[in-house]
Amino acid sequence: MSRVTLEQLVSKISSGDKLAIPPEYSGVAMAATRALLTRGVKNLHLIACPQAGLQADLLIGAGCVATVEAAGISLGESGLAPRFRDAAQQGKIRMLDATCPAIQSGLQAAEKGIPFLPIRGILGSDLIDLRDDWLVIDNPYTEGDPLLLVPAIQPDVSLFHAPLGDDYGNVWVGIRRELMLMAHASKSTLVTVEKRYKGDLLADPVYAAGTIPHMYITATAEVAGGMRPLGFFGDGSVTDVEHLAGYEKLARSQQGFEQYLQEQGIEVGS
Amino acid sequence: MSGVQQVPAETNEELLAAVLGRLVADSTHTVVGANSPIPASAALLAAGLSEGNHQVTILGSREFMQFTDGGKELFDYAAQGRMDAFFVGGGQIDGQANINLVGVGDYPGTKLRLPGSFGSAYLYHLVPNVVLFRKEHSRRVLVPKVDFISAAGLSPANHYRVGGPRWLVTELVVMKFDADRGRFYLQSIHAGHDLDEVLDRTGFEFDYDPEPAVTPPVDDQELALLRTSVRESLQPVYPGFCSRAFGQ
Repeated sequence: MSRVTLEQLVSKISSGDKLAIPPEYSGVAMAATRALLTRGVKNLHLIACPQAGLQADLLIGAGCVATVEAAGISLGESGLAPRFRDAAQQGKIRMLDATCPAIQSGLQAAEKGIPFLPIRGILGSDLIDLRDDWLVIDNPYTEGDPLLLVPAIQPDVSLFHAPLGDDYGNVWVGIRRELMLMAHASKSTLVTVEKRYKGDLLADPVYAAGTIPHMYITATAEVAGGMRPLGFFGDGSVTDVEHLAGYEKLARSQQGFEQYLQEQGIEVGS
Repeated sequence: MSGVQQVPAETNEELLAAVLGRLVADSTHTVVGANSPIPASAALLAAGLSEGNHQVTILGSREFMQFTDGGKELFDYAAQGRMDAFFVGGGQIDGQANINLVGVGDYPGTKLRLPGSFGSAYLYHLVPNVVLFRKEHSRRVLVPKVDFISAAGLSPANHYRVGGPRWLVTELVVMKFDADRGRFYLQSIHAGHDLDEVLDRTGFEFDYDPEPAVTPPVDDQELALLRTSVRESLQPVYPGFCSRAFGQ
C-alpha cells in the first residue's frame, strides 16, 4: 500500500476495469472521479454497490462507461440521473439491472472466495429473465423450494472516500461497512481520505472496529472535501442540493452536460 | 357557488401521512426508503401514537438509522423477519400489485428509463406488511399490466413468501390487496373525490362497493402529533418538505 497523489491514485484505474462505487449515503470519491474524467478511461464496467448517483452519471456522460451493473441510478431528491437515463434509453450502455441485496450478496460471495450465494425473494421478477448469470435452483436441503443464486462479484477496483487514513495504509470507515465489503471483495482498493490519522488506527480498539486493514488497501490519497458536492457521513456534511438540481437541469442534454463540465473546470481526457 | 372558500383542516400531505400511518399502526419496526417524506411522516406518526413500542428506520437519515453493518444489514434483517412494515412506490403499478421501477416501454430500449428496482424485488417477498404509496393517481401510473416486473405481486404456492403488498394509497384512495383473488379492493375514497373519478383515473380493474366508504379525516390527535413531534423529528431529514407540508 502506498500514499500517493490524487493523480497517481486514479492512474491505477484502467480502461475496461470493473470499477465498484458506493451509494451516495456512504463515501463517494467525487474529486477522484473528476480526476478520472481528466485522465480519460473507456469501457468501464461500473458496479454500483448497490446504487449510485452523480458519480455514475458523470462517468456515463463523459463516455467512460460500457456496462452499468446497479440496483438503481438516480440523483435522489434531485430527480432522475439524466445522462444515465439517456444512455440507457438509447442503448449506449449495457445494463445489468439488479436489486440491492443481489449485488451485496455477489460481493459477499467474492469476499468469501466462493462462486455464488443463494438469496431469498426476487422470484417472479423480470430481473431474473434479464440476467443470464442468475440461476434458480431447488433448495438441496428442502424439496420444492426454488431459490435464486447470484454469482460472485469481484471488482477490479473499488474507489471511495473515507474519513481517516493512517501512515500504515489502514482506513477508518466507521459504520459504513459497505465500504469494507467492497474492499474485501475487490482485487484492489483506492481510497481518498479526508484526513491523515497520526498513529495506527488498528492500535486503538475504538477505531479498529471500523477500520479496513491495510492488506486490502492498494493506495490512499489525502483529499480534504473529496466527496463534494455530495454529503459525507464522516463530517456530517449534507449534499449540496442546489448543485445537484443545477446539474440535473443542465445535463438533460449532452451539450448542457459539456457546459457543466466546463463550468466545473473538468477537461475530459481521451 | 357561494364564493366562500373553506380553509381545509389538514393539508394533503397530512391526510396521506395519517392514512399511511394507520396502515402501519400495529408494526414494531417500520422502515422507510430514501426520498420518501410522506411515508417517513406516517411512520413517525404511527410510532408516536404507539407510545414507544414502534421503531422507525428512515434510510438516508442520520437520526433514524440504527444499523451498523453496512447497506446489506437491512436486507439480512428483513429476511430474518425482524422488520414488519415497509413503504414502496412504483413508476407503474398494476391490478395484480406488480410494480415497475425500471422503465416504461420495452426493455431495454425503454421510452422512459427509471432509476431501477433498488431493494423492491427482495423486500416485496419478505416484509409482511408492504404498503404501496404513489401520490399520483392516473392511468399512466395505475396500469392494466406493468411494462416490467421489478417485484411481483403474486407468487406460486411453492415460492417462499412471508411478505407482500397489502395496501395501496394514492391521492384519491386506499385500496386493500387481496392476494387470494389477485385484485385490489377499494377500501375508501378521500373526501372531495368520488367513485366515478376513481374509475376514470384508474387503468386497472378492481373490486368495489357501489357506495364506497370515505377515508376518515385526520383526527385531532394525529394532526397535533404531525405538526409538533413529527415535524420536528423530520426537519433535519427533509427541511424543504417540513416547511411546506404541514399546516399551522
